[in-house]
Amino acid sequence: MQQIINFLIRNRYLLLFLLLEIIALFFVIQSHSYHKSKFISSSNSIVGGIYTKTNNISNYFSLAKENHQLAEENTNLRNLLARRNSTIDSVIHKVTDTIYHQEYHYITAKIINNSYAKRNNYLTINKGLKHGIHKDMGVILPNGIVGVIQDVSQNFATILSLLNENSKINVGVKNNNHFGTLAWNGKSYEEAQLLDFPRRAALKIGDTIVTGGKSVLFPEGIPVGIIKSLNLRNNYYENITITLLTDMSNLGYVYVVNNIDKKEIENLEKKHE
Amino acid sequence: MSNIFFSHAFRFVGLVFLQILIFNNINLFGYLNPYPYIAFVFLFPFKKERSALLILSFLIGLTIDFFTDSGGIHAASTLFIAYFRLYFVRLILRKSEFEYYTFQITSISVDKVLMYFFVLILIHHFMMFSLEFFDIQSIFEILKRTLLSTIFTFLVTIFGYFILVSKSK
Repeated sequence: MQQIINFLIRNRYLLLFLLLEIIALFFVIQSHSYHKSKFISSSNSIVGGIYTKTNNISNYFSLAKENHQLAEENTNLRNLLARRNSTIDSVIHKVTDTIYHQEYHYITAKIINNSYAKRNNYLTINKGLKHGIHKDMGVILPNGIVGVIQDVSQNFATILSLLNENSKINVGVKNNNHFGTLAWNGKSYEEAQLLDFPRRAALKIGDTIVTGGKSVLFPEGIPVGIIKSLNLRNNYYENITITLLTDMSNLGYVYVVNNIDKKEIENLEKKHE
Repeated sequence: MSNIFFSHAFRFVGLVFLQILIFNNINLFGYLNPYPYIAFVFLFPFKKERSALLILSFLIGLTIDFFTDSGGIHAASTLFIAYFRLYFVRLILRKSEFEYYTFQITSISVDKVLMYFFVLILIHHFMMFSLEFFDIQSIFEILKRTLLSTIFTFLVTIFGYFILVSKSK
């Protein structure tokens, strides 16, 4: 017994070091696996609060850009509305649509911390449980997608950026029904890679990639990027690189997508497993 | 006693804030950031009792991890250099066990101080990027980032060191 105590005392720094190192490595390994809520997360109230404070200052530097983006989106929405009105005008009788059913609901949030230069990037937003944000909701921009909600606290949430090894987003080609997966190899924040596209998808350089309808996270058809380069080997696609439409290094306000039917769809799909 | 305590607390908080508010957002060439917060480890006084150094180094790394959602990579690598600091001091500075109590970093020659900084930064960054990528196939990317970030951190650290630390004593 005396010897054990002596041993512990003699090696107390080594033991303390090993204990803390094991704790740290446990967090590291946890962070590399998807679908686990993380203890180390910037969604907690202290970190989120500090980021909100500093963001209030840095906000002013991007006002011009934000305004420009809003004006552009307004124009797009106005055009959409105008097209709709014209079709309704030509129909004289009023249509009471009983099948009408709202599928998505959007929540605006502000990015208060952005990272895009690391291997695994996360973003922090200033909305949380209180505002109806939950894990696994998609996050989009007027002109592209950002990622998926990962951890949520009362007032803040973190987003698993599409610039992350754990990010796998279902995407498709515009005007055709073939699907694949969007992933990121960690190199450039302006580019991403496509996986699992079948040969028959007949991809070409310059094709627009949009979110696919197979995912419940994003509405179908949101533009993601444009194919920049691809190789065809043994009838399989290799190294498909796309240029992202969103500038991930410069994000302000985003929309969190709440799919109202998500629970129902997932419950149905679970029955087959 | 309380004076020393406050100066350490101040250094801890100051380095964390500088790191998360300024140095994490530099992104030189799109991806390069310095990590001068680890100067906390270099500058911690040399004492026989080392548990305070180990615990505080772990905590400063963990704080950075909280702010950057990086799991525990900063905690693991900062703790690592904090534990092995002693052996590098012996190797580079050729200090023996006797001299701990009187030893001050400002009392040794500049080239040895720089060597001491550089080696610890290099080890810290290599470990941090390895844990971040966690993939042997990315070894070239890890080495590239380690080397470039080490140079960047080294320059920022010695700049801060000669302005703030070495003159004030």
